[in-house]
Amino acid sequence: MLRRLRRHIALFFAVIGPGFITAMVDNDAGGIFTYSQAGAKYGYLPLWTLAPITLLLVVTQEMCARMGAVTGKGLSDLIREEFGLRTTFFVMMLLVLTNLANVMANFAGVASSLELFGVSRYVTVPLAAAGVWLLVVKGTYERVEKVFLAASSVYVCYIISGFMVKPDWTQAAIYSVRPVLMLEPGYLTMLVGMVGTSVAPWMQFYLQAAVVEKGITAREYAESRLEVIVGCIAMTVIAFFIIVACAGAIHDAGPRDIRDATDAALGLKPFGQYAFLLFAIGLFNASLFAACILPLSTAYSVCEGLGFESGVNKGFREAPVFYWLFTLLIGVGGGVILIPGFPLVKMILLSQVINGALLPLVLIYMILLVNKERLMKKWKNTRFYNAVGWTSVVILIGLTVALVILSVRDLMAA
Amino acid sequence: MAEEILYLTELLGLKVYDLRRRPLGRVRDAVLVPRLHPVRVDRYLVAGGGGYTWLYVRHDQVAEITLEGIWLRDELLVPYHADEYALRLVRDVLDQQIIDAQGRKVVRVTDITFEIRREGGHDVLHVLEVDIGMRAVLRRLLQGWVPRRWIRRLQQRIPPNSIRWELCNIVEPDPQRRLRLNISMDLLEQMHPADLADIVEELSPEDREAIIEAIDTEVAAEALSELDPEMQAQIIESLDAGKAADILEEMAPDEAADVLGELEEERSEEILEEMESAPKAEVEELLEYDENTAGGLMNTEFIAVHEDATVADAIDALRQRQDLVDTINMVFLTDTDDRLRAALPVGRLFLARPSTKVAELVREDDEVISVRTGEPAERVLELFDKYNLLTLPVVDEEGRLAGVITADDIISVLRSR
Repeated sequence: MLRRLRRHIALFFAVIGPGFITAMVDNDAGGIFTYSQAGAKYGYLPLWTLAPITLLLVVTQEMCARMGAVTGKGLSDLIREEFGLRTTFFVMMLLVLTNLANVMANFAGVASSLELFGVSRYVTVPLAAAGVWLLVVKGTYERVEKVFLAASSVYVCYIISGFMVKPDWTQAAIYSVRPVLMLEPGYLTMLVGMVGTSVAPWMQFYLQAAVVEKGITAREYAESRLEVIVGCIAMTVIAFFIIVACAGAIHDAGPRDIRDATDAALGLKPFGQYAFLLFAIGLFNASLFAACILPLSTAYSVCEGLGFESGVNKGFREAPVFYWLFTLLIGVGGGVILIPGFPLVKMILLSQVINGALLPLVLIYMILLVNKERLMKKWKNTRFYNAVGWTSVVILIGLTVALVILSVRDLMAA
Repeated sequence: MAEEILYLTELLGLKVYDLRRRPLGRVRDAVLVPRLHPVRVDRYLVAGGGGYTWLYVRHDQVAEITLEGIWLRDELLVPYHADEYALRLVRDVLDQQIIDAQGRKVVRVTDITFEIRREGGHDVLHVLEVDIGMRAVLRRLLQGWVPRRWIRRLQQRIPPNSIRWELCNIVEPDPQRRLRLNISMDLLEQMHPADLADIVEELSPEDREAIIEAIDTEVAAEALSELDPEMQAQIIESLDAGKAADILEEMAPDEAADVLGELEEERSEEILEEMESAPKAEVEELLEYDENTAGGLMNTEFIAVHEDATVADAIDALRQRQDLVDTINMVFLTDTDDRLRAALPVGRLFLARPSTKVAELVREDDEVISVRTGEPAERVLELFDKYNLLTLPVVDEEGRLAGVITADDIISVLRSR
């Protein structure tokens, strides 16, 4: 009995990685900005959305992890095998475009978080890009994953800074479970943003590929699912503390819009040097982490789907397309941040639009695939799970389309 | 204009004309029946009547095949029916993973190249190559949107990347279907086990297990020893106990014990039950040791002779274990109680006269270095490093020879860190 329990715990630690890392990277520079903005402007009110976000995240992530474990193939592999080359090519092009904009946003996060400490972006961005490139090109999958897991632990910064701000915990507790709906355009936009950005196409590809790469099979699937769930919960816990920190520090002093995530960090300054420092470090870590994962995951998915050699365990010569794509994403993504007057905000809004076109496709393909008996055998969706799955997918698609409309409006205004 | 080759992408959607040159429908798939002919397209699957009726066109019903269409010489067509002996190129091969036996890797099929041959006054297609790479990707993307001849002109700038059909191995997990489609494992069995292991690693668990199950037990054992322990355990776990036992018997006992050590106890006992008594006893003995000790690292494949034996006896002992000749470099001398007395490089035996006593070949400065079974792996590594060893004997508490650790075991330990 004890032996069996020990085996389960050992297995859990053996499968830890994919789900956890994916969920953590979801809190990238863009995510932190969204949550900070929510807290700064509306205080504790938006906290209730976190529970449904977790649920949506778990439902969509679980299906991908299951597909990876059962079929041993990545999502782009399966799309290629079941829906053909042209579909795959189209999906991959959209993925590259939206992820490129994401990489830009995260390099911008690296630049602005370190500028808080007075270091110029002309120093930090090239260094960060080179570091990210070397880590992946010179590393093995196991080592890279360990570095990623270590980076995940830095998110604790947000929890500590949340405590240092001494927010109103009673209010935080109440509004975590009490849904507040106001028919105010700003509030609705924020809700759509929070939920709409919570599931991104790259996550589905990355998670499934990571599960496969780690060698998780149907046998260890129970542990892997638990890991995915724990990861999603950890992600929302971090989001909770970001919102609470900004609510306590900024909203309580006077609700306002913030310009970017560094603005939020500055807002924490009255609560001590450390609260500010931790928030800024958290932002830097999250941006760098995402700037690393996004190009990697993109290169993986594209090469798998189109049938080129891929993998960090292969050399530059064996997998040229993989490495070129990876290098290009980092080079371009980091490079544009150094161009004075580059319309970054426009790029990010545009990426939201592409994202909105891509996510519905990915989610629908995903749920169609997970229902194929030939692929999934006894692991395919049950009828109940399908109902939950389709509902989640429809909600996400609806919110993403809403986000697209908002982005287009902002794009026109900009 | 008659072409010599045709791509599957071009064949798809090609119009089929009846005897009076009226269009009947469009090609949807090409069928190979490997049991009848290994490379000839046996039938074409044609969708007619607005796509609602699917018909088979037999290869001998075709008069001419060009880039513009297929002209029939016989229009008595049968409707489509499922056929277990048929390999449908679009459904079963296109976009799927296959094994490139020459390049020794797993590749994804983007297109297929046919040769148009004239046989007995009518055109047939023979599968020539499987296309991977950019050139084929371009064809796939433009197919149907750009005229066929334009695509041919456009693609010329891109270097081709193809694999000859004979060197491709289709991955089919179902053994029955493999038989019906005449898919042999010969290509895989001829590969170096390490290359085969790399390929197996890249496949999905289902395909992985199917290949190990289907290929020759000895090859399977060799390939399996090249995989990492976790994957070995996964594969062995999936096989039935009898087959698993057969493969483990072929593996070196220490490796077999490592694999079994990774499995759940019930399962590993079930497999041990199926093993033959001799290898089973060795493996069971090795399973007793902790994997991080000398006992856990060692194997029991060594040759020992009594110290009073002659060179002729020792060579005789070698002859009886010919399976070890390729790998061993030491013969051990033991006393009447099996206690280790000395280690003798194999080469010395061949320089001595047959009647010489082996004990005489031991030199003054031949110090025998050994470890106890319980010593930690760290200590073993130290000894290998310090004395530049190739083989290290392992003894039990009473000093009896229990096994040997060889340099390849040490390399595995170092690699896995």
